[in-house]
Amino acid sequence: MIRDKFDAIVVGAGPSGNAAAYTMAKEGLKVLQLERGEYPGSKNVQGAILYADALEKIIPDFREDAPLERHVIEQRLWTMDDTSYVGMHYRSDDFNEEKPNRYTIIRAQFDRWFSGKVREAGAVLLCETTVTELLRDPQGRVIGVRTDRDGGTAFADVVILGEGVNGLVGQRSGLRPELKPDTVALAVKEMHFLPREVIESRFNLAGNEGVVIEAMGTITDGMTGTGFIYTNQESISIGIGCIVSDFAESGRTPYGLLEAFKRHPSVRPLLEGSECKEYAAHLIPEGGYNAMPELFGDGWIVVGDAGQFVNAVHREGSNLAMTTGRIAGETVVWLKRRREMATKANLAEYQRRLEETFVMKDLRKYRRIPDFLHRNKHIFGVYPKLLSAAAQTWFRVDGVDKRAKEKQIFQSFRSGRTLPGLIGDALKLARSWR
Amino acid sequence: MSDAPPTGPKPPAAGRAGSKRELPERFKAYRHVWVVVECEHGVVHPVSLELLGEGRKLADKRGADLAGVVLAGDSLTAAQTAAAAFEHGADLVYTVTAPILAHYRNETYTRAMTDLVNTHQPEILLLGATNLGRDLAGSVATTLQTGLTADCTELAIDDEGSLAATRPTFGGSLLCTILTLNYRPQMATVRPRVMAMPAREPGRWGRIVEHPLDLAEEDVVTKVLRFIADRESDKAQLAYADIVVAGGLGLRSAENFQLVRALAEVLGGDYGGSRPLVQKGWITADRQIGQTGKTIRPKLYIAAGISGAIQHRVGVEGADTIVAINTDPNAPIFDFAHLGVVADAIELLPALTRAFQAHLSVNRLAG
Amino acid sequence: MHIVVCMKQVPDSAQIRVHPVTNTIMRQGVPTIINPYDLFALEEALRLRDRLGGEVTVLTMGPPMAEESLRKALTFGADRAVLLTDRAFAGSDTLATSFALAAALDKVSQEFGEPPIIFTGKQTIDGDTAQVGPGIAKRLGLNQLTYVARIADLDPAAGTITVERRAEGGLQVLQTRLPVLITMLEGVNEIRRGSLDDAYRAARAQIVRWSAADAGITELARCGLKGSPTIVKKVFAPQGRAEKVHQVPTADRSADELAADVIAAIFRTQPPLEDDLLRFAAGQ
Ligand SMILES: Cc1cc2nc3c(=O)[nH]c(=O)nc-3n(C[C@H](O)[C@H](O)[C@H](O)COP(=O)(O)OP(=O)(O)OC[C@H]3O[C@@H](n4cnc5c(N)ncnc54)[C@H](O)[C@@H]3O)c2cc1C
Ligand SMILES: Cc1cc2nc3c(=O)[nH]c(=O)nc-3n(C[C@H](O)[C@H](O)[C@H](O)COP(=O)(O)OP(=O)(O)OC[C@H]3O[C@@H](n4cnc5c(N)ncnc54)[C@H](O)[C@@H]3O)c2cc1C
Ligand SMILES: Nc1ncnc2c1ncn2[C@@H]1O[C@H](COP(=O)(O)O)[C@@H](O)[C@H]1O
Repeated sequence: MIRDKFDAIVVGAGPSGNAAAYTMAKEGLKVLQLERGEYPGSKNVQGAILYADALEKIIPDFREDAPLERHVIEQRLWTMDDTSYVGMHYRSDDFNEEKPNRYTIIRAQFDRWFSGKVREAGAVLLCETTVTELLRDPQGRVIGVRTDRDGGTAFADVVILGEGVNGLVGQRSGLRPELKPDTVALAVKEMHFLPREVIESRFNLAGNEGVVIEAMGTITDGMTGTGFIYTNQESISIGIGCIVSDFAESGRTPYGLLEAFKRHPSVRPLLEGSECKEYAAHLIPEGGYNAMPELFGDGWIVVGDAGQFVNAVHREGSNLAMTTGRIAGETVVWLKRRREMATKANLAEYQRRLEETFVMKDLRKYRRIPDFLHRNKHIFGVYPKLLSAAAQTWFRVDGVDKRAKEKQIFQSFRSGRTLPGLIGDALKLARSWR
Repeated sequence: MSDAPPTGPKPPAAGRAGSKRELPERFKAYRHVWVVVECEHGVVHPVSLELLGEGRKLADKRGADLAGVVLAGDSLTAAQTAAAAFEHGADLVYTVTAPILAHYRNETYTRAMTDLVNTHQPEILLLGATNLGRDLAGSVATTLQTGLTADCTELAIDDEGSLAATRPTFGGSLLCTILTLNYRPQMATVRPRVMAMPAREPGRWGRIVEHPLDLAEEDVVTKVLRFIADRESDKAQLAYADIVVAGGLGLRSAENFQLVRALAEVLGGDYGGSRPLVQKGWITADRQIGQTGKTIRPKLYIAAGISGAIQHRVGVEGADTIVAINTDPNAPIFDFAHLGVVADAIELLPALTRAFQAHLSVNRLAG
Repeated sequence: MHIVVCMKQVPDSAQIRVHPVTNTIMRQGVPTIINPYDLFALEEALRLRDRLGGEVTVLTMGPPMAEESLRKALTFGADRAVLLTDRAFAGSDTLATSFALAAALDKVSQEFGEPPIIFTGKQTIDGDTAQVGPGIAKRLGLNQLTYVARIADLDPAAGTITVERRAEGGLQVLQTRLPVLITMLEGVNEIRRGSLDDAYRAARAQIVRWSAADAGITELARCGLKGSPTIVKKVFAPQGRAEKVHQVPTADRSADELAADVIAAIFRTQPPLEDDLLRFAAGQ
């Protein structure tokens, strides 16, 4: 047992745990942080795009020393069929601003850096230490944690759970239900190394500029999911993910999907000659607002992925993690200042503050989307095929007159999906978007 | 040798390596190439003979003599070892014979070696990278305050007449060539089986120079209480086997590894594996092949379910014929194998065992 | 009893990549670890301390970030960590490394008590020379016990130690007098996990940091690049083989047919092998 008693124990050193620990330690609270990985970020997986805004609110001058790969100046959205894609690209020199808005990062390095800041702020971090359960007093209030090390208990006024998507502590302690296979995606990702000059010429970049490609279509073989390609300084992150229950139904493997994605004629040239050095698989909670568990109770708060704080449509996760972590930390500091206990009633302040932020607003706005996407599989198969065929018909110059082409395209949409079906999909999408 | 520069390999130190600094006066008399010939328990270690083959080339290039160094507990061992040294290319042999040298001890051997070096002044001193060689080389180099390059894979004389010792660095991902410019002797160790065994010339003989050792058992602090010999059955003959069959993680289970053993047995060869198999406990550590295991030079090497990582590659590249069986056509092992078979080893290995068995018995009857 | 373990922080060479164009090491993102061989030494030291009482000091020479590895060693249960760090040490070869470490070990003796046993690992995975241990022993005049598989007996009062040392064809049982330098063989023990208390203590511990001057080193010419007799002349990537692999066609072949093809291909590549094998088969 650690004899010292802490103001707070933070489980996990991902973006959410680090944000919480940093916020509290900086205000002088006595914080113990526990991480099961060998070092922070050792097991963490992300695409990864970092959204500057959320981090700026925690560490305003993070750009000075954070390990950032490239700032994103171009976003490509690809709707793919087996041989082609229809794309929308947005590129702007405005993104070459003094304080860029989005960056690619490598989590293993980024988490380590962030953790360094947390420790500088005064929190004590113990790695390779897994929290196995929450300790409660006879009234059921959480008073500390048990770990897998010898003599492994530690006590605190409040425990913040930033243990990630399949954090078992919360589940085992009954704070949260088990993950449902239709609200969580399984993503696989590889890092492909290439000299930076090659990346820059292949993606039309200069200096530290970066490109993000988000892709959907037949690459997921009709399952609900998307693929991505991000440029780092000397590597390319490529990944694909689908809802777990879809994998179970289709019998496809994530690895098989990724292999096919890499072989796609539009993707293969981007990776040509690269050396793959890392392979990782990770879950993403995609249930959104409707899948959210209880966020707090007597002596505990949940932050980040553990609380299903992910906006799957916009691929935002780490920023929600950091924001929830920060607000949880601020709530604890606020209570401490007022010399109040971390009771359930008092911790309700956490949720109140969250409601004020984009986190709850966005998740509520998109609450029907996960369900919509999951029920309307043609979005991932039929439409991309139709779109590609239409584009091809339109762009091929073959003596067919343009009116005939329009007709052909319209016909193909109608035979691919009935007219009421088309209209229905559009309406449903509009409704879920609201 | 560079003890892993903290930030990547040193840039070619043109300033220093390029500068033809004058060799200090006291080293100018240092001449000839020496090889320490190990003869623990009366057995000449093959690596020493391999080194004599290499030393011969260096000596010829320098127009110098090749000398064997024999430290032995008795004159019979000394004579036999010297004979082996002559037959493998030595022009002369320095012997130090004393009962206190019967068993290797750092203290006695370092003393004998440094005495010899200071008296007869060799320009180049080579040792096998065995436990004995490494233990001794580190002490001798420190005592003499000279440079030592460990585990070399190539030895050459450069244009300026210096020993250019090439060795793998960063786990074999890179090679570096190392010089010891202003100190003598230039020392290097080489692992068993990295160099080819020179042809033996029976009856070849040379000059023997005996050197005394002024050291009594009473003055030696460390005592050898006992020697616990390995059981014969424990010994892997891997490094010197003509045929080696090895398995990797592609075999998927310890049970499947039996397929490797079965094939090795039919071929009268030995078996080994990649490092992860040792970590999984499928094979013992002395059967690991590669950079941190054994270097092998068989006539035939069959690798089943081994990806061919650089650390594995450096241990097998000396094989005459490498046959790789791997399900992945892009596996790196196909970059250096001679024969490739893109197939499931778990099916092919038993088929090979059967086929070899049949081939050998049929042809034996026929022959 | 005070025991010192020399440890080195090394890049995890399993994860090192070589830049395909410039042939230099790409260190970006390559994690560093405690040289795996040194963990066997550390565990052996901790066991001796647990049995006989005393303290274990870990010593590293390296860049400031080597502190991480020292902290990790404290997590395993070491009592004190010393980091010897100075620009003057950059580019040290084994001779210069053992010179600096020997000086630091003298200083450790003065400050924290003379260690009857100093441990090093068998070798490092980056330098890979196995020379630094013997080098330190020689400089400090310690009895040197390399490749130790087991400490059979240790009598601090009598000042004697008996070990089993891995040698060609067997184990040497050696007895000698303390102080000694031991390099531990790999695989002889398994590093412990360390308790939660150890981890907490380690996270907050103050690591002793010495510059060359702090360690009492005045002869800077014997340190770093200057003090290294060996010179790296060039660094280059291993050459690929010139001829390409001959792939045995596998399409539509049963395992047995394929096996016959493979054997034929082997004998075609190396005809004398067939005779060797037949001779072996005949001898059976
Ligand atoms: C393939 C992929 C791509 C993604 N792309 C993006 C993207 O581009 N942009 C973006 O913003 N988000 C992205 N996300 C989402 C983002 O990664 C997560 O939302 C974010 O990492 C959540 O942070 P967290 O701190 O809640 O959890 P995590 O980052 O998962 O951290 C949890 C930490 O807790 C530790 N832990 C768990 N259990 C215990 C225990 N019992 N004891 C001690 N420690 C424990 C873990 O080891 C881990 O370090 C992506 C996710 C995936 C899988
Ligand atoms: C410091 C250091 C030192 C090392 N030293 C060594 C060393 O001395 N020796 C060594 O070997 N390694 C060493 N390694 C490890 C090395 O880097 C590799 O990890 C290791 O060699 C890989 O072993 P493998 O080929 O068995 O496994 P993998 O790399 O996992 O390869 C398995 C292969 O089997 C194939 N396969 C799968 N199923 C089948 C099947 N049914 N039939 C046929 N093929 C199949 C796969 O395609 C794959 O290519 C060292 C690493 C480090 C860091
Ligand atoms: N920089 C260093 N700091 C501390 N110990 C070292 C250092 N370099 C080598 N050693 C020790 O010496 C042993 C042999 O190293 P090497 O000669 O590089 O193979 C290692 O296992 C360490 O115990």
